[in-house]
This record gives sequence, structure tokens and C-alpha cells, in this order.
Amino acid sequence: MVGVSDFPFLSILTGAPLVGALVVAFLPRAKPELAKRVALIWSVAVAALAVVMWVAYDAGGDRFQFRESYTWIPAWDARFTFAVDGIALVMLLLIAVLVPLVILASWHDADNSKRSVPVYFALLLALESTMLGVFSAADVFLFYVFFEIMLVPMYFLIGSYGGHQRQYAAVKFFLYSLVGGLFMLAAVIGLWALGGKTFDWQQLLSADFSTGTERWLFLGFFVAFAIKAPFFPFHTWLPDAGGAAPAGSAALLVGVLDKVGTFGILRYCLPLFPEASRWFAPYALAIALIGIIYAALLAVGQNDLKRLVSYTSIAHFGFIGIGIFAFTTQAGTGAVLYMVNHGLATGLLFLVVGMFVARRGSALVSDFGGAGKLVPLLAGVLFFAGLASLALPGTAPFVSEFLVLLGTFTVNKTVAVIATAGIILAAAYVLWMVQRTTQGTLNPALTTVDAMRRDLTLREKVVVAPLILLLLLLGFYPKPVTDVINPAVQATMQDVDKSDPAPAVQEASR
Amino acid sequence: MQDLQLPPIDYGAIAPMLILFGVACVGVLFEAVLPRSARRTTQLVLALLGLVAAFVVVVLERDTRILTAGGAVAIDGPTLFLQGSIILLGLMALLLVGDRSLEQGGAFVAQAAVTVGSDADRRQAARSQGATEIYPLAVFAIAGMLLFVAANDLLTMFVALEVFSLPLYLLCALARRRRLLSQEAALKYFLLGAYASAFFLFGVALVYGYAGSVQFGSIHDAVRESTQSTILLYAGIALLAIGLLFKAAAAPFHVWTPDVYQGAPTPITGLMAACTKVAAFGALLRVLYVAFDGAAWDYTPVLGAIAVLTMLVGAVLAVTQTDIKRLLAYSSIANAGYLLVGVLALSKDGLSSTMFYLVAYGFTVIAAFAIVTLVRDADGEATHLSRWAGLGRRSPLFAGLFTFILLAFAGIPLTSGFIAKFAVFGAALDSGEAWLVIFGVITSMLLAFPYLRVVVMMWLSEPGETTPAVSIPGGLTAAALMIGVVATLVLGVAPAPLLDLTANAAEFVR
Repeated sequence: MVGVSDFPFLSILTGAPLVGALVVAFLPRAKPELAKRVALIWSVAVAALAVVMWVAYDAGGDRFQFRESYTWIPAWDARFTFAVDGIALVMLLLIAVLVPLVILASWHDADNSKRSVPVYFALLLALESTMLGVFSAADVFLFYVFFEIMLVPMYFLIGSYGGHQRQYAAVKFFLYSLVGGLFMLAAVIGLWALGGKTFDWQQLLSADFSTGTERWLFLGFFVAFAIKAPFFPFHTWLPDAGGAAPAGSAALLVGVLDKVGTFGILRYCLPLFPEASRWFAPYALAIALIGIIYAALLAVGQNDLKRLVSYTSIAHFGFIGIGIFAFTTQAGTGAVLYMVNHGLATGLLFLVVGMFVARRGSALVSDFGGAGKLVPLLAGVLFFAGLASLALPGTAPFVSEFLVLLGTFTVNKTVAVIATAGIILAAAYVLWMVQRTTQGTLNPALTTVDAMRRDLTLREKVVVAPLILLLLLLGFYPKPVTDVINPAVQATMQDVDKSDPAPAVQEASR
Repeated sequence: MQDLQLPPIDYGAIAPMLILFGVACVGVLFEAVLPRSARRTTQLVLALLGLVAAFVVVVLERDTRILTAGGAVAIDGPTLFLQGSIILLGLMALLLVGDRSLEQGGAFVAQAAVTVGSDADRRQAARSQGATEIYPLAVFAIAGMLLFVAANDLLTMFVALEVFSLPLYLLCALARRRRLLSQEAALKYFLLGAYASAFFLFGVALVYGYAGSVQFGSIHDAVRESTQSTILLYAGIALLAIGLLFKAAAAPFHVWTPDVYQGAPTPITGLMAACTKVAAFGALLRVLYVAFDGAAWDYTPVLGAIAVLTMLVGAVLAVTQTDIKRLLAYSSIANAGYLLVGVLALSKDGLSSTMFYLVAYGFTVIAAFAIVTLVRDADGEATHLSRWAGLGRRSPLFAGLFTFILLAFAGIPLTSGFIAKFAVFGAALDSGEAWLVIFGVITSMLLAFPYLRVVVMMWLSEPGETTPAVSIPGGLTAAALMIGVVATLVLGVAPAPLLDLTANAAEFVR
């Protein structure tokens, strides 16, 4: 195993998609098919590498594995340091699996735009590179660099290839994220100046701050992550961005990119500022709860499918937030598992909605109605994605939602009870959406659209099948994932220094 | 009568200035003796050779740390670093000045004295040859700047100020197109600059009254020991600061900047934005760090307020601009604010980070103005922002380069702008100036908006009827542009060598 874990997995994993992006970007514009194929093959190779890494990872081993460190800016002690714990590892795998599927699902997304097709796929690969980098960085400076640079490919994906109101959505997305990022920049500088002139995460862990300083630094990071996640009241950019982005990019935006927020809270806010985390926890729980209820209510009222899915996702991030700030290993594990499952479920939901939108040429719920009669298979997949999204038992999100609520209930019953109301609302918005689009009497306008008669193509089947499989598999047997997550969450919770109430409960969850 | 003793002079140390003053004088002679047809090439080659020679001497003298010419000139780390920077940036600006492929006869008018709109004016507009006096004038300006950053007493500094200002006033008036605007800019710059010089000179008198000397070392001693009224000292510092901050384009002494940047020929605007800024801040650093460091407690709050005001004015007014040159002017004002933040760290880190910022900003801003010279139609440069709509579709390469430059201005990672901002903010926070950093971060958020608006214009808007094509640059402009862009990228990705260089150079001799 020594040989395997010495292999520079993380730098190659981060660098490879970037190289792929450059290659694809310079392919001739007149040969879009070639660009698509190269991008697909490249992303599959990256996924294969990620799977190898998953196998090589020792779940019971060190907290951080695959550590690599290279000199970068000695004057500031900023280094190219990569290392992953269990939490980061599952996110890396999620990205590596989602990107090839998104590329496949976006096969024709750029065809109709006046813009270059190779550039679209190059941007997707560049986005993958920055996302992989942000999760594998173990140096605060490096993390910040990836955190900010991530905006650029996403901005162009939304702004250049998006739908209605794409300019507005792209600018709003960029400005919101940049504002958050600059708050974080101030906090990063503060962390560096007061924490011993280093960016190394491990060393910063032992840095000591005065109470006031620690709270300000926490806030700087937290605001950036809360905007990114997004938590209420920083969420207003997401429905616009999710609604305007092409479906594939939206799946990555909501499925992975936003997880950087919750991941950042787990990796940076909690361990680096434990006292401040405990102090702010009630407020964080409050905004998470408001988010669950408020976003669910808004989702119920949405007429635009993509915006609807965006709102459901804000509600789900509320659950993740609760799981993190309950400070129990169980809820924390649930939250991380939720991050993975939400990526799969919402990713699937976005991609399926994208297939509907591509056929109908409109994302409005009222433009559908009884579509199941024309495209039964596609409607079935939408139904399944909806059920997974509302956390039906047997699908993966159920396990995570249950863990979050259970882990929260042991320490804070009120929060758990209120959050449960979110489940009911989730059933309302999902079932209502499915009913209004695919069930009931057939909307006569649909029959005039030729594309609506075409059910799932082979390409689309290949896209949805792995996601459905994974959702079912992790629904019945989440152990491989929880085994990896659990030690990392436990270590994080120890950093916050909040003891778990009862180990017996933890056993029951397995 | 006593015999005057000539002070010993280290000719090697001041050779860069001697070379450039010599080259400029030779250039003036060439104007008198060479035939018109041979002047342009000869002048350009002579000026470039002079700059290269001066740069080589600066590199050879890199370890010199002396006071020479009777203590009037200090050749030390900061001097040599800033002189090298000014020469390099001046070289880039001169490449822009020398380009004639974009416009018949270059960007400069042949005879500035001809009345605008008269028959003679029309005749000279048709004639291809532009003035060639610009080369010696530019070299005089650059040489004056070298002396400005090396001056170790207030009188030498004043002489240098005039030596580099007067050619700049003239150069501003020499635009081939929009001559009235150009002449207005020059007049405005000259009048306000004359006021600023007067303030500076008055400050020199007051400080002499206080300290009994104009040499920085003696002033430094006097600040600690003098029994004179401190009112003289404070008034003196204030008046000196007005003179220097005027050149640095800090609010409230910034009002000339947008008009002059807009009216001056674009290559000269680049020269002012990059080199004048280096020179002004170099002199400010020396005055504050060497002469008045003992009074730091007294001037820091005032200069801090000016820094905040400068950042706010630059950022807020940049939002409302519709002309790209004015936008860059306000951006340059805001950047003066960030530089002041670095200066006010009043530490070794403050000095080195400010020097890094000056170089990073200089390269980027000259590249930005190089692109401005390229976007043109039959009437010359198309500087109105609405004309830039859809430029990304017409000329993706140049729009891409300009986007990169704007991202650097906005401080996105992997550009020099990010590293530079990080350096000055880090130094300021380290010195306990957290409030300056907070304002810096807030204004960075504001400032991101105008930059982003230009990116949106170029990429996300449809090209209109009036969108000009980007001219293919001649070799000189292309070289300047590529140097600027590559420097922006390299200093963003691998800043360690330059950071080390500035850290090693960051020590004044007194």
C-alpha cells in the first residue's frame, strides 16, 4: 500500500481536467463532435483515477491521506499542499462521477447557441479541475485560490450558454460569490497574520486567538460559505443562477459547487474556530431552520422547473446545516452523507428536468401536463428523482436525512421537530411538481411539439442509469460511504470539542 | 570667500540617470540635425537602447547601498528596485508610443501648435508623419522619475518632480485625434500640477524652518530632537504630502486624473498610470519612512483617512463610468488607495508589499491601455463602453486578454492583482491597521462591479452595428501587450521570486 499512497493522486486529479480543458478549448470549432468525445473520455479517465484513489484510501488510517506538499510562496509559507480526509474523498468521488454524466447529458446543450461548442466542454472540464482542487487543498491559501477561481468557468457557463436572463443571473452569481470571497479574504489574511504567519491547516489548528478575534474570523469564513451553500438569507442568487444555467451546469452548480460552502464550514470554521463555532451555533441553526421552511414554501409556489429544483436544494442545505451545527458525530455523518446524496439526487433531478426542458423548449410547469403519456420512461425517471429528493425510504437521501434528524434530536429536540416539518413540505413540492408536469390530462399543446414524443434516448439512459443505481445502492447499503466519512467527522467534532451524548445511539444508526 | 568643495560622486551608482539624461539630450540634438524621414526610427532605437543600458546598469549596481552627491541622492534597495521597475515599465510604454501600424503616423500630432480645425490642421492630419520630439520628452520624464525615487533631500526631490512633470504636461497635449480634449487635459494637468508643486515647495520651506535642513537624515534627527514648534512640522508634512499625493492620484487630489487619462494619447496614459505611480509612491515611501518616521503617530490617521477616501472615491465613481479610459482612471485612483494601505503599514513588509504592488499594477495597467489602443474605428479609438459590446464575438483573443486583465484588477487569484492585494493587506493587518483592510475589502467588492460590467459587455452582449473590430497590433504594441499579460500571469502563479526580491530590497539607507 505504501507505493500506492505515495502516488501523487491529488495533484494529478486536479491538474488532469485542466490539461483536458486546454486541449479541448483548442480543438477546431468546426469539429464539435471531436471536442465532445475528447472531453468525455478525459472525464471518464479522471473518474477512473478517482475510483482507484477510493480503493487505495485506508478508511481506518490517518485522518489525512495522500498528502503532497510543494513549495509555492515561501515568503508567506503558502504551499501547494494537497491532502484529503474522508469527507473530502467522498466529495472528490462525487465530482469525478458526476462530471462525465453531465458532459454526456449536455451533449447538445451548446449546439444551438451561437458560441463555440469546444469552449463549452473546456469550461466544464476547467470547472471540474477547480472543484477537485478546492476539496483536495490542505493549505488555506490554496483553498482560497481555488474557491475564487471556481467562479470564473461557472460565470461563463451561465453567462454564455444559459437560457433566459442569463446575463443577469451570471453577474448576480459572480458578485454574490465574490462578495463572500472577499469577506473570506479578509479573514484569511487575519488568520495568517495572527495565526503564526502560515497557511498550513495543521499548524493553524493549534493557533490561539482571543475570543473577539476568533469570532470575527469565523464570521468572515462563515459568510463566504453561507453565501456559497447558500443558506437563508444569502440564497437569492441560486434560483436565478440555477434557473438560467444550462441543465448540466446547474446540476454541477447545485450538486457540487455549493457543497464547497458546507464542506468549508466543516473543514475550516469548526476546527479552526471551535469556540466561535459553539457561540454562533444557535444562530446558524436558526438560519438553517428558516431556510428549510422558507425555501420549501417558495418551492411549492414555483412555476419554473429549474427554479423549483433550486429552491428545494436551498431547503436541503438547511438540513445539512443543522447536521453540521448539532455537533454530534451522528448528525455530522448524516450531513456529509447528505452532501453526497443530495449531489446525486438533485443532480439527477436537474438533468432530468433539463431533458424535459430541452424537449419542450420551456421550463414552465404550466407548459407541461400529462407528459407521462408521451414519454413514460422519462416521466418515470422524474418521479424517481423526485422521490429520492424528498428522501423516500429506500433511496439514499433518506438515510442521511434520518441520521441528521436523529443526531440532532439527541441534543436539540426543538430543532429536530421543526426540521421534520420540512419533510412534509418536501413531499408537497415534489409530488405537486410531478403531478402537474407528468400526470393528469395531457396538455394538448404538448402533442404539437415533436420532440416531446421522443422518450429516453440511449445516451440519456446511460446518463440516468448510474445515478439511479447509486441512489438505490446507497439507500440500502450506505456502509462503504459512512465508514469513510465517520472517522473524519468524529475528528472534526473532537476539534470542536463537543462530546457525543451516547455511543449507544451511534451504534444503532449503522 | 570660501572655496566651494565639490562633493564626491559615485558615478557608477547614478549612471542609470546619467545615461537617460544623456540619451534625452542626444535625442534633442537628433531633432535638430537628422532629416525628418530618419528621425523616427533613430529616436525610437536610441530611446530603447538607452533604457536597456540604464536597466543593465541598475542590475549591475544591485548591491549598492550608499548616499552620494553630498547626500542628495540615495542609491539603496528601494531606489534600485523602483528604478528598475520604472525603466521596464517605461520601456513597455515606449513600445506603445513607437507603434505606427495602428494609425497612419502614430498616435501623436505633428505640430501641436496648429489651431485645431484650421486648414493647417487638416493638412497636417493628412500628412503621415507625427512628432518625434515625444521620444526625448518621454526619456526626460523617465529619467526624472529615476531621480525622484532616489532623491534624498527635499530640494533634489522638487527638481526631479519638475523634471519628470514638465515633459508629461507636454506629452499629454500631443494626441493626434480629439486634439481639443488632449489640449484641455494638458492644460488642466499643468495648472493643477503647478499648484501641487507650489504646495510641495511651501512644505519644503516649512520643514526647513523646522529642521534646519532639507536632507532626510537631518530631518529624521530633528523630528526626534528639535525644540521648534511642531506646527511647522505638521504643516510641512501636510503640504509635502499634498504635492506627492497629487502625483499619486489620491483623493481628494485626484480630480485631474480622469480628464487627463482620457484626453492624453493612450500610450502616454499608460506611461502615467504605471511609471508616475511608481515614482510618486517611491518618493512618498522615502519621505515617510526615512524623514518623518518619528512623526508616524501624527500622520497615520490623516493618511489613513485619505486612503479610505481614495479607495471609496475610486470604487464608487468607477461604477458610473461609461468611457473605458475614465473607468481605468478611477480604477487607478482606487489602486492608489490600496497602495496607501501598504505604505501605512510603516514596516518592512509594508515597504516590500507596496513595491510589489507597484510593479504588478504597472504591468497590468500598461497591458490594459495597450488593448485600448487596439479597439478602434475610422475615428480613432472607440473608448465608449457601449462600443465594446460583443467584442468577445468579434475578437475572442483580445477580449479574452482584456478579461484576464480585468480579473487581475478585480483581484481574482492566479493573477498578480490578487497576490499584490494580499501582500499589502497582509502587511497592513500585521501592523494593526485592520480598519484599512476592511475598507480595502469593501471597496474591492464595489470595484468588482464595473470590471464585471465590461466583461459582460464584451462577452454576453450581442455585437452591435457600431462594434469596432480590434485592429491587429503591430509588433511593438503586441510585444508590450504580451509582456504585460505574461507578467500579470507569472506574478500571479509564481510570485515567489519577485516577493523575495522586494523583501531583500526593502531597506532604505538614511
